[in-house]
Amino acid sequence: MTFQGWFLILLFVGILLALTKPMGLWLHALLDGRRTPLHVVLGPVERGFYKAAGIDPTAEQGWRRYAVSMLIFNTVLLGLTYAVLRLQGVLPGNPQGLPGLSPDLAFNTAVSFTTNTNWQSYGGESTMSNLSQMLGLTIHNFLSAATGIALAFALFRGFARREAAAIGNFWADVTRVTLYLLLPLCIVYALFLIGSGVPQTLAGAVDVQTLEGARQTILLGPVASQEAIKMLGTNGGGFFNANSAHPFENPTALTNFVQMLSIFLIGFGLTWTFGKAVGNPRQGWAILAAMLVLFLAGVAITYSQEAAGNPILNQLGITGGNMEGKEVRFGIAASALFSIVTTAASCGAVNSMHDSFTALGGMIPLFNIQLGEVVVGGVGAGIYGFLLFAILAVFVAGLMVGRTPEYVGKKIESREVKLAVLAIAVLPLAILGMTALSSVLEAGLAGPLNAGPHGFSEILYAYTSAAGNNGSAFAGLTANTPFYNGLLGVAMWLGRFFVIVPMLAIAGSLAAKKYVPEGPGSFPTTGGLWVGLLVGIILVLGGLTFLPSLALGPIADHLSMIRGQLF
Amino acid sequence: MGKDFTSALRPAIVLTILFAALLGIAYPLAMTGIGQAIFPAQANGSLVRDADGQVIGSTVVGQAFTGDRYFQTRPSAAGDGYNGLSSSGSNLGPTSRDLVDRVRGDIDARRAQGVTGAIPADLVTASGSGLDPDLSPAAALAQATRIAAVRGLPVGEVRALVTALTETSVLGDPHVNVLALNRALDAAAAARGR
Repeated sequence: MTFQGWFLILLFVGILLALTKPMGLWLHALLDGRRTPLHVVLGPVERGFYKAAGIDPTAEQGWRRYAVSMLIFNTVLLGLTYAVLRLQGVLPGNPQGLPGLSPDLAFNTAVSFTTNTNWQSYGGESTMSNLSQMLGLTIHNFLSAATGIALAFALFRGFARREAAAIGNFWADVTRVTLYLLLPLCIVYALFLIGSGVPQTLAGAVDVQTLEGARQTILLGPVASQEAIKMLGTNGGGFFNANSAHPFENPTALTNFVQMLSIFLIGFGLTWTFGKAVGNPRQGWAILAAMLVLFLAGVAITYSQEAAGNPILNQLGITGGNMEGKEVRFGIAASALFSIVTTAASCGAVNSMHDSFTALGGMIPLFNIQLGEVVVGGVGAGIYGFLLFAILAVFVAGLMVGRTPEYVGKKIESREVKLAVLAIAVLPLAILGMTALSSVLEAGLAGPLNAGPHGFSEILYAYTSAAGNNGSAFAGLTANTPFYNGLLGVAMWLGRFFVIVPMLAIAGSLAAKKYVPEGPGSFPTTGGLWVGLLVGIILVLGGLTFLPSLALGPIADHLSMIRGQLF
Repeated sequence: MGKDFTSALRPAIVLTILFAALLGIAYPLAMTGIGQAIFPAQANGSLVRDADGQVIGSTVVGQAFTGDRYFQTRPSAAGDGYNGLSSSGSNLGPTSRDLVDRVRGDIDARRAQGVTGAIPADLVTASGSGLDPDLSPAAALAQATRIAAVRGLPVGEVRALVTALTETSVLGDPHVNVLALNRALDAAAAARGR
């Protein structure tokens, strides 16, 4: 580890903390449906969309109606992408003349992008036409992110409203977030990326005769426009197979830094928006503090492991840490930091290959996803996931003193706790169940590239990433088979919508409740004790659930590594 | 519940069409238009051409250098090496025998080229993309003696090229672009008539 490495990490956190309140204020204006300076330009577009679609943005929806709107919208979007991918061969915008996708790959990819996972069973450059990248995939990067933020808004309203029947209008939330937040940011961001060397063209490949006289084909495309929303919307699906390690997606150390910032930007802002919505920004800062504790602990472990390198290779006489799967322009620190950012937030973009990390260095990204991606988390999904843990934490605190728990002015009762547990239990069920299945079936065992415990880690990481809607991978796994495409597709769907529906039910149930002012017996949810309790609950739940599986994979791998045992 | 379904269908379908047009077509096309107008070189891949106008590579994307006359690039897992149509890392894990055998083979090859002392890690490890355009300054300097001998240049001049072309940033690690370095090497050799 170097001084420069830690400086980079602290600079990263410092810039985000400075941006938290401005971003939170902007999001709060969208939550309330207030006018923004952008309404002058985009207001007519918004109204035009409502008129064409027959939407009354002021018509409030109860949680069931909000949930049904969200599900139908996402199902229609899923259908569009499935159709575009299957028909790719006969559609325009296909300079390489690529054929349509197989049914299982098209299903997997459509689910993957609808659920904000962006798991890629395919290699972008050899599979997707320009039109598929734009119309099939980029659109989901916007709308799955907007859906996540809308859902967080619904839950915020549940906490903030008193004796109310409704939690907002899904259509208006999605439209506003897309038009007034994601699209304007992406326009500026994409221009920055193009200026830094990210291609943006409708042309296909360029043939090159290299300096040594060999032939190389360099693939171009509309990369920057997709790259911008891929990071901001915590989607993570790359234009190229190598994702943000590919020099065309992430050409410089500066683009890499901005990409990391943009993964966390909205998630940081949403914590502040939550505090503001419930009438006390300190509630938001307390949540962010708990997230930062977990984040920095993860960074420290992975960075130190990668900087120390693989002892087996070091013995052969190399120096400079573990550079397998990493790019020189980023180096160890910026690669380790990126891996923690992308898995803490449910982004899944990678600037280095997690499969080639040291055993413990690669375990932290895996564990981050297993914790439910609540350390900042995906846009929207992170904060609503975190609030489920907050409900459990006040419940545990209430049990200790024998009082009905309260959180930000709402009594938390058995209905909310049951729904929270239901939502939290989906993840381990999908991850551990499907990993176990794949570890015994022939079709599952055909997948891993690496032998020994690391092969098991590849399977475990795949289902963790899918159910957690992350999308990063221990990419040695051959996942483009009907077995993995199908099962991972199901895991992604479960991990997204089987969390969302109970969460919206909680929002509806909270909105209907009376406000309970804070009294002398209330457990304070802003101080250090609360932050400690939150961190403890998240680690204990995640640890108890997943430690046995980690022992079989990364921990066994680590023990083999320090003994010098190869597979 | 049934009414909720039917009343949600029209907004879902109409918004899907409108957003598809806005986000899937208009946004990327607009960015293409603006990008091509403001940053034509970068938007088209930062291509490098020789004196005859022939494209010889991109400043952004790495290309393979395997011969003795040039600074050699890192091992690559993109296809047969630096294949622009199949970017990829090796994805070999820390306890992989394949990884250790490959690294050992590459270390032996470097030793045979006269590299002494500790080997810079990037020189014998595959990058994440398989298209890494850079080397660390240490990995480039480790090749200076060999190149000076083959090209008939003073070692000091070869080393100076590496130092001059090394880019540093507080946001990443020092690196030197291999294509730029090798073009500078060609220019230096030409200036001396070699």
